Amino acid sequence: MTQLALVIDLNVCVGCHACVTSCKEWNTSGTAGYMADMNPFGHDPTGTFFNRVQTFEIGEFPNTETVHFPKSCLHCEDPPCVPVCPTGASYKRDEDGIVLVDYDKCIGCKYCSWACPYGVREVDEHQKVMKKCTLCVDRIYDRSLPENERKPACVMACPTSARLFGDVNDPDSEVAEAIRERGGYQLMPEWGTKPANHYLPRRRTRITIHEDELTRVDNPLNKERQLPMPDKDAPTLDDVTSW
Amino acid sequence: MHPAFSVIFLTTLSGVGQGLFLALYTGQLYSVVEVVPVEDSHSHYGVGSLIALVFLAGGLLSSFFHLGHPERGWRAMARWRTSWLSREVIVLPAFMGLVALYGLVHYFDLNPVLFTFRENFHVDLSLVIGALTTVVAFTLFLCTAMIYACIKFLQEWATPLTVVNYTLLGSASGFTLATVFAAYNQSPLTDFYAGWAVLLTLAGLVTRVSSLIRNSRIEHKSTLRTAIGIRHTKIVQKSQGFMAGSFNTREFFHGAPASVFKLIKWVFLIAVFPVPVLLLSLGMGTSAIAVFALAFVVQYLGLLAERWFFFAQANHPQNLYYQTV
Repeated sequence: MTQLALVIDLNVCVGCHACVTSCKEWNTSGTAGYMADMNPFGHDPTGTFFNRVQTFEIGEFPNTETVHFPKSCLHCEDPPCVPVCPTGASYKRDEDGIVLVDYDKCIGCKYCSWACPYGVREVDEHQKVMKKCTLCVDRIYDRSLPENERKPACVMACPTSARLFGDVNDPDSEVAEAIRERGGYQLMPEWGTKPANHYLPRRRTRITIHEDELTRVDNPLNKERQLPMPDKDAPTLDDVTSW
Repeated sequence: MHPAFSVIFLTTLSGVGQGLFLALYTGQLYSVVEVVPVEDSHSHYGVGSLIALVFLAGGLLSSFFHLGHPERGWRAMARWRTSWLSREVIVLPAFMGLVALYGLVHYFDLNPVLFTFRENFHVDLSLVIGALTTVVAFTLFLCTAMIYACIKFLQEWATPLTVVNYTLLGSASGFTLATVFAAYNQSPLTDFYAGWAVLLTLAGLVTRVSSLIRNSRIEHKSTLRTAIGIRHTKIVQKSQGFMAGSFNTREFFHGAPASVFKLIKWVFLIAVFPVPVLLLSLGMGTSAIAVFALAFVVQYLGLLAERWFFFAQANHPQNLYYQTV
């Protein structure tokens, strides 16, 4: 069964927020209506976003590492937000596993946002319905776009290719291979939601070298150095031997 | 979680309505087996059901204020197979209909005796409707509480105690209101209701305090480590990705200072339990309506605080992602 998802490589994410802005740009111009920004220039601005990049510091100074962490709907294989919806507005598509909200059926009761442990659903203050990442469902099947652009807007925008997109259930796909071979993991596995989106961990390139490997025991140079240098006046090999 | 007043009023008002109906029906059951005197159909059961309906309607009305699109509210009946919220949306109006029927049957005396057992116990139509309504009343308590108890990662709610508390506290406030109503009617059932109200309030005290103790010992399964999947003992958030507010920063935190949070806990612990118990015990035998009315008002206001605290105490794991601007 197809399960489209994102695989996000924390090793190369630089936290530039390009995915956030391109997501907002694409989806706010979408057919489902804009993603409202309330008081954008006022005292207490607020707005709807499908994607955020957060920053965490791991460790204690001076041994710290900064991790930029993009967060959007994980399109869980067992999404806890879907069964709680009283109207059926929140649903998971059988054909590609994308979790979507039918904005015409949503009554704006916010129950699904309570039932999502990841906090990736947001009420749109203008439309008064629940909104969330659609995996750019209006892009990825758009035949008017060139084939290499049929990807979510965030994936297109990422300058470091930290975001991969594909079918995680197809063992030959780029994303499945990345999960398999580069240690892909899921968020909050303790709740059994089976998120389809995976994250690739930070990896420091490191060679393990032992002390004795730094000097070669059988280094021929060492042998030569052990011998005293012959005296300047001493006869050379050429003087004492006749070839 | 952010306590929404619409939901606080919905759950407390419908709790009173359900409890009041259960009180009326308990009275009727006892009178059938002649433990307590038979009450007047018209002024007691008829008007009593109407009062229960007013409270239930108030709850239903306030629930609409919770919705972004109240005009689409009817759609919420669709997914009763999976959603406890959907089940509540079906059961609440069904319960209201049954209470109305129960009240009408009493009020207009359309109450034929269906059968008699042991020669002097008469089972009439209202008793049968009432039995059905009682089942639906408990189902409604179950549906309302399961909306919260079924979310497993809201660990403060995910316990059978949630269902028990909603049932006991709703019933207790309903029986207290029944005491006021009976005292107003100068009914001989006043002390009967008051006794039940005291018992239910004390039972509620035990279960609510149990849930407080349980929640104070909770060890949250989700941590920053599992939230971002990095195995390190020291992880600090440096940015949540935006500087302004968002739905995530508003909906999942009560926003009150710790002192207010603590104060509200003590307010409800005093107002819901000892004060009404004391007032009800004082009023018993005197039929002093003012004392009973005060008991109900204090208990209901206390229940508002209790529900506020119930929501505010729940710690949503998504808050792990929103700790620093």
